[in-house]
Amino acid sequence: MSRNHSRPLSPHLSHWRWGANMLVSILHRMTGVGLATVGGLLFAGWFFAAASGEETYACFIGLLTVESGAINIVGAVLGIGLTWAFFTHLFNGLRHFVMDAGAGYELQTNRRWAIAVIAGGIIATVALWGWLLWPLIMGLVGGEG
Amino acid sequence: MGTGTGLGRVRGLGSAKQGTHHWWMQRLTAAGNLLLVSWFVISLVRLPSLSHAVVTDWLSSPLVAIAAIMLVANVFWHLRLGLQVVLEDYVHNEASKLGLIVLLNFYAIGAAAIAIFSIAKIAFGSAA
Repeated sequence: MSRNHSRPLSPHLSHWRWGANMLVSILHRMTGVGLATVGGLLFAGWFFAAASGEETYACFIGLLTVESGAINIVGAVLGIGLTWAFFTHLFNGLRHFVMDAGAGYELQTNRRWAIAVIAGGIIATVALWGWLLWPLIMGLVGGEG
Repeated sequence: MGTGTGLGRVRGLGSAKQGTHHWWMQRLTAAGNLLLVSWFVISLVRLPSLSHAVVTDWLSSPLVAIAAIMLVANVFWHLRLGLQVVLEDYVHNEASKLGLIVLLNFYAIGAAAIAIFSIAKIAFGSAA
């Protein structure tokens, strides 16, 4: 159905002043789309590769790792990107549950929770990958010293 | 869009009376994801490695296989609902929107079927 152009649209991105709550709303969609497409394909592909046997599985894992078994650049970008998307989407999903219950709409509270979601997503990603890559980081530090 | 009049409904442009159900399933699958995806991420991180032997051994445990199948169903259900809303919000051409929603359903249900069958194959295959 074609839109009647004489009628106004609701304000678009460029008409709003940027704020934390607006950013987190956009991030929720972006991370959701990323998880649903890239994440969904990798997720199903991983199970399929595992069920297809050792060779196919090795091919799949080979896309994300170097020969020694350490993660390669594709694996790092996808892994860290999807981890950040997951935590951000998860934390904002929790924020949505609170808002669904009718709470957290006061301007200051809403802004505070939006900032907490964005920060929490970054902190959780750094913490998880810092922990996963700890041996590698210590190896690099030890190698220099 | 439809005004909710009788003519609008006949043209398929009125409310389908399913908005609440979509919204509720989105929340229900979100709550399911909260449990199941958290379990999955913690399990993956705790596995000694992601080698084929370790992963298939892990998935061959009945409880793990059942949780993994529920995880797949829940994840693809949730992403199907979420992507549908994104398409409805940003794709304004009716034909493109319809085509993309059909593709989305093929993707979500197809990928879920592949993943669920794969898990079942691993779980049943190890029973012998």
